[in-house]
Amino acid sequence: MTATNAVQAHGLVKTFGAFRAVDGIDLEVRRGEIFGVLGPNGAGKTTTLKMLATLLPIDGGEAEVFGVDVRREPHRIRQLVGVTGQYASVDENLTGAENLILFARLLGQRTPQARRTAADLLGRFGLEEAADRQIKNFSGGMRRRLDLAASLIARPPLIFLDEPTTGLDPRTRGQMWDTIRELVAQGSTILLTTQYLDEADQLADRIAVIDRGRKVAEGTPDQLKASVGSSTLHLRVADRDQTARAAAIVEQVLGEQPVLTPEAGGLTIALTDANRAADVLIALRQGEVDITTAAVRQPTLDEVFLTLTGHHADDENKEVA
Amino acid sequence: MTTLLPDTAPGTTSVTDADRVLPARPSLRDTVHQSLAMAWRATKKMRRNPEQFFDVTLQPILFTAMFAYIFGGAISGSVADYLPLIIPGILAQTALTASMATGTQMREDMDKGVFDRFKSLPIARIAPLAGPMLADLIRYGTAATITILVGLAMGYRPGGGVLGVLAGWALTIFAGWALSWIFCWLGTVARSAQAVQGIGMMIMFPLTFLSNAFVPMETLPGWLEAFVKINPVSHVVTAVRDLMNDGNLTGEVGWALLGCTVVVAIFAPLAVRSYSRKM
Repeated sequence: MTATNAVQAHGLVKTFGAFRAVDGIDLEVRRGEIFGVLGPNGAGKTTTLKMLATLLPIDGGEAEVFGVDVRREPHRIRQLVGVTGQYASVDENLTGAENLILFARLLGQRTPQARRTAADLLGRFGLEEAADRQIKNFSGGMRRRLDLAASLIARPPLIFLDEPTTGLDPRTRGQMWDTIRELVAQGSTILLTTQYLDEADQLADRIAVIDRGRKVAEGTPDQLKASVGSSTLHLRVADRDQTARAAAIVEQVLGEQPVLTPEAGGLTIALTDANRAADVLIALRQGEVDITTAAVRQPTLDEVFLTLTGHHADDENKEVA
Repeated sequence: MTTLLPDTAPGTTSVTDADRVLPARPSLRDTVHQSLAMAWRATKKMRRNPEQFFDVTLQPILFTAMFAYIFGGAISGSVADYLPLIIPGILAQTALTASMATGTQMREDMDKGVFDRFKSLPIARIAPLAGPMLADLIRYGTAATITILVGLAMGYRPGGGVLGVLAGWALTIFAGWALSWIFCWLGTVARSAQAVQGIGMMIMFPLTFLSNAFVPMETLPGWLEAFVKINPVSHVVTAVRDLMNDGNLTGEVGWALLGCTVVVAIFAPLAVRSYSRKM
């Protein structure tokens, strides 16, 4: 039985009225890996997670967690999965310690043992000083950590993290990443959703890119990035009238057309090899095209999106909102 | 490296055994344990928001004094003669108001993020509902106690003695608890806490005023008397009067208990079903 995947989902569908929030998604999460679900707001990431966690009924398709059917055995699924939401789901009116005591008691611990578990977890997550403060007065990062601590009380083998770092400052974000890595080192399997490519890149072993309720790509971070080039060269020409000429030169050098940015004068060039940036710059100099700025960057999520779906991640936002 | 996972305590699950056989549903013992944990949460909340107690402390004082002095002379000839009639009536009224508040607060609570966690935990679906309702027994108890004390202070001398009064007190609390399942169900189907309150008012006013809580039934027109007779609140009021004023365990007490039990039997499953399906 150890061969079963942590998550095995086929053709998942969720409809809200006429809107298909999740439109036939397949997912396969192997044991012990971090699997990232990447996509913009409204792509269906959270909805997918909620269906797998029994928080939303599944409208179509099949899903199993460690071989247990999600639709037929919700109570068993809830024993296998720990959920940490985008908005910390802890009780505002209780203190940090009381929250953990409550969840420990709900999971079957007697009060004295629940107290010990709470003190133990508060220590591990560096929340001791917040033990007796109401959550109302917690910072965003502390809430998130408490929320994650609460998900770990039962030591679930599979942990769902819904946008674990959205809204956190960079330092807290780094701490959260370390925490997630430690959990995996201790044998947990993690399914996380994120809007950030760099987060998926840093953490995930494999990534599925979701757009408008469908999976548009899947692979390791390296495979995904290779599909848009390992890096991008951003240029701005001094004279906007030369934009077309610059684009032609780039195409000559790389054999591919650059993407022209809306504020004419800007060019975004996907590079499979960062060394080719120099070739482009030299060719432009020889062609007497003046440039004002040049920068080589990692592809952004938006560029991955543009390449994979033919539209910007932002367009999606506007349509859904 | 310090580990983040808590030490494996006996009875808790462990990362390594994802393949062990898990119970398919919570046992009765688990359900009771989980409901008690939820009740504990509710009492913590009460302690931090004492304004939740306004309706069960100030309202009984106000209504008992007001109704007794305004209607006493007109209905029973004197305030003292009206008290045996009105005190059980006010008891039923406050129980109903308090149980409405239970539903409203529960609806408010359900909109909070923590309910997402409750739903994701392997706990009985009834526990998040049963817990607060159990804790609200404290509120019904407070309301009933204050009403009786105000009555006694105004000169109410119940003929049923201490035991009769205690029995009436207990029946009031049970009735409040039973009726709160109606409002709890409303809470799971309504869109907002305000909606629960609005609908609750529409249920509460006819039920309390179109009953024998404040006036003798015989003074009403025939068609209204017919409704008042089948109104469950009337049965509760009559039962409480029988217990407190006469110390009699009459058939009305039986009817009141049966009525309350039927309400729970119908609305508790409805509430749990709509909670676990919709929320």
